[in-house]
Amino acid sequence: MDTNELNVPGYEIPPEVQGQVAITTLDRIYNWGRRASVWPMMFGLACCAIEMICTAASRFDLARFGMEIMRPSPRQSDLMIVSGTVTKKMVPIIVRLYNQMPEPKYVLAMGACASGGGPFKEGYNVVSGIDKFIPVDVYVPGCPPTPQALLNGLMKIQEKITGEHWRNSRWYQKGRDLAEIPIPILGPDLIDPRKVEEYHRRLAESEA
Amino acid sequence: MSEMYGKGILKGLGVTLKRFWDTYWEDAVWLFRQVTRGERRYRSPEGIAHRASKNTRGIFTVQYPEEKLPVPEEFRFVPFLVYEEGPNGEKVMRCTSCGICSRVCPPQCIWIVRTTDPETGRPIPDPAEFYIDIDICMNCGLCAEFCPFDAIKMDHDYELASFGRSVYDKEKLAKPVSYYESIRPLNAARENAARAAKEAARLAASAKPEA
Amino acid sequence: MTAPAPVETLDLAARFPGWVTPDSRPGYSGWIVEKDKLLDFARALRDDLGYDYLSSVTGVDYLPEGKMEVVYHAYKTTGGPGVNFKVQVERRDPVEVPSLVSIYPGAEFQEREAWDLLGIKFTGHPDLRRILMWEDFAGHPLRKDWREAYFEEEFKPFKSRWPEGKFQMAEDKARLGDNLSFPAGFDPRKKTDFDPEKALYEALRQYQKTESGLETEHLLVNIGPHHPSTHGVFRVAVVLDGETIVNLKPVMGYLHRNHEKIGERNTFLMNMPYTDRLDYLTSMSNNFGYALAVEKLMGITPPERAEYIRVMMAELTRIANHVWAIGFLLNDLGAYFTPMLYAQEERELILDIFEAVSGSRMMCNYFRFGGVARDLPDGVLEKVRDLAFDRLPRKVDELENLLADNEIIRARGIGQGVLTAEDAIRYSTSGPLLRASGIPYDVRRAEPYSIYDRLEFDVACRPNGDIYDRMMIRFDEIRQSLRIIQQTVKQIPAGPIMAVKPAYQVRVPPGEAYGRVEGPKGELGFYIVSTGKSSPWRYHVRAPSFINLTAFGPMCVGQKIADLVAILGSIDIVLGECDR
Repeated sequence: MDTNELNVPGYEIPPEVQGQVAITTLDRIYNWGRRASVWPMMFGLACCAIEMICTAASRFDLARFGMEIMRPSPRQSDLMIVSGTVTKKMVPIIVRLYNQMPEPKYVLAMGACASGGGPFKEGYNVVSGIDKFIPVDVYVPGCPPTPQALLNGLMKIQEKITGEHWRNSRWYQKGRDLAEIPIPILGPDLIDPRKVEEYHRRLAESEA
Repeated sequence: MSEMYGKGILKGLGVTLKRFWDTYWEDAVWLFRQVTRGERRYRSPEGIAHRASKNTRGIFTVQYPEEKLPVPEEFRFVPFLVYEEGPNGEKVMRCTSCGICSRVCPPQCIWIVRTTDPETGRPIPDPAEFYIDIDICMNCGLCAEFCPFDAIKMDHDYELASFGRSVYDKEKLAKPVSYYESIRPLNAARENAARAAKEAARLAASAKPEA
Repeated sequence: MTAPAPVETLDLAARFPGWVTPDSRPGYSGWIVEKDKLLDFARALRDDLGYDYLSSVTGVDYLPEGKMEVVYHAYKTTGGPGVNFKVQVERRDPVEVPSLVSIYPGAEFQEREAWDLLGIKFTGHPDLRRILMWEDFAGHPLRKDWREAYFEEEFKPFKSRWPEGKFQMAEDKARLGDNLSFPAGFDPRKKTDFDPEKALYEALRQYQKTESGLETEHLLVNIGPHHPSTHGVFRVAVVLDGETIVNLKPVMGYLHRNHEKIGERNTFLMNMPYTDRLDYLTSMSNNFGYALAVEKLMGITPPERAEYIRVMMAELTRIANHVWAIGFLLNDLGAYFTPMLYAQEERELILDIFEAVSGSRMMCNYFRFGGVARDLPDGVLEKVRDLAFDRLPRKVDELENLLADNEIIRARGIGQGVLTAEDAIRYSTSGPLLRASGIPYDVRRAEPYSIYDRLEFDVACRPNGDIYDRMMIRFDEIRQSLRIIQQTVKQIPAGPIMAVKPAYQVRVPPGEAYGRVEGPKGELGFYIVSTGKSSPWRYHVRAPSFINLTAFGPMCVGQKIADLVAILGSIDIVLGECDR
């Protein structure tokens, strides 16, 4: 990225120093730094993970986006690429991993399964989209999305980061958004602690 | 072990060194090509084609989004509906809402409401509503394969990332036949020829009894 | 090339009078064994008749007949056709069948799966826990009277899609507004202490304690399901004595996507793209196995050209899978990413061919019953020729030069994670894992399908059964696959690619069929029961990744914890297939 992208429109830079000097805001440079070093979590679920690895490998080279440092530890990652079918058995672990990620954190739902259940949605062990449990920033359709489609999604994440303002960003605020998401329980079926009352009500309704 | 320890490692390092060297050698080769033939290694069709050929050496990366790997004709992503442009620019859907695509769809992500004539109650060959839940679709291409009217086809556009869930309706799915012909020229030509032949046969058959 | 073993007619009913009767249902074959005599029968089958390899165990729920059936497929590792035998029991809980683990230890995981999904209790099983679902899960989902929360209709296509297909999310229709179903009388508000791990940890404590000089405390370590070296969402619970593994239990099901339940609602053709997602690195091979099984039932064979295309694609898949496996084994050994990136380039070039032929890099969905979906587009054959004759031989040599003599790889690989030939057979392992242990068993030769009997190739085999051999055998197999591809490229005839008119609704006569192919990971089998309807009554996948893991525990015990990931990498599993 050259300095022209960093420059805030409206400030004329003399021609002799163009390309060398940029007049910018704190926000812009802060977001510029952040978006060029998004570290995804090394976290593969299913078929889409293979395409994610291909994206990181020689042909598509995630390093060009400053994203090649895939960290297996959630403590060191900024972006969770939910790459594949989320099963009920796996969802407590995903929520725990999400809770362990430091802010600012982003979630990219890669592929149909992570976005909305995918072809396996009707299955008894499949969660209909990870957004039922954790907030998702970008959805990438496809089954599986090709590496270029994933890169397109990652650029959407960058776009989102660019548009953020530090003053109203989530992680500098207090509030329920930052509270940990309760871990779902594996009982006779998956129990989301946040929805227990609703389940109870609906069960009572349907039995009545 | 009688052999020198570390020989195998050195041999492996030789391979990596050769590949490292290949990159710069390839740069030199392309510099020569650029000077003599005006072909560029990066951001040019010939450069991308070379990197996808058997002779690729050195840098293998296709630098999306500046460069895009061309997709083959058969490439399939999500489905779309083909419409013909009428004489006044109106969209005439090829789809007759026969429902074969929704029956053949493995994850059952296609939803069609058939139009019925308000007076007679008979179905009209034009879908009133057409939905595809993109977050269920498995891009298998069976709908396109078995559509008898060449009305639903698989798209080449993969840059669909969005900030929300996607359920595509008829508006979003409809794309002109000219677009279809541009992404799948061979298939479109074959289908057009088959349709023309069928039409000719039908005309011939209907002409016969009169004669 | 050895001649195929002569087919002997096996009359088990005469040999075991009273115990065994031939299965006389139309379309079925094999033998029905008395439940009480099953162990004796299996012992005789293994020891006297030489069927030493139990390939597949699965259950079928015949709800209308009020019966449950367990189906076994056994083979000889010397080759030839197999024998299929069944045990039938009343469908009344508890459904009990004697366990065959004492005779064929390879049945361990498969019996656990049948217990988990069908509720068939195997008496005498050493560790009968659920394997894919968690312990507290209510019900046995593959039973025909068990319905999932999003249940719509018994069979696809669903009527709500057309002609009045007003879009509606499955969530909005479901009773609980989510993909959930609780047993009657369950109150989600009551805090119950569910502990899905309890049974696992109890099972882990069951091991032979060895006397050692040091008073050490054993340590329990969980690896996965989120771990970079478990090749997906796979989990291993290990008990360690210092750094030495004393007991180990694989935990799976984190990617259990209900392939079989969905498969029994789908029409036969609809299952084809789902098979792509079994072992998502080798979708062409999966297509192959499924197509073979259904074609067996339908009694059709594809035309010559289609057979050549199929074999060509299946072998390209094998190469793509093996370079990937080698790359990732090296990742696990610590050669972080360099070999993987090199291997990846070749895989990408193969994927380009798949994309041109089938339209998708990974999910090919290319085979149809009686042929393939479309002919090779222009230019693809040249591309295959370029790769098979020029680039790949060169690049495989280069990759081998990079790795084969490396002292670190040799030190980490030679003599580590040994699986003896006897154990490899006992645990029903297949594919490179079996052949690296010195058993030259390859379905392509043992029971040739398609045109493999006409092609020249050798069954790669290595004697030692350690990590290093399992890496090197993949190089050998790539070379053999190249030989096969070279022959197909030279010999491919012109002609039609479909034996029948392409149809989305195929008529499959009632009966059963077991189609198996030599997938890159091992023997991939599809057991299909048809009742003549548009959907299979039973659709079972004999997944090599899943069954190969039976040998994983025995291979690891006694090794150091650091070798665990290397051993797992050398088995080469894919979770999509393992958990289905």
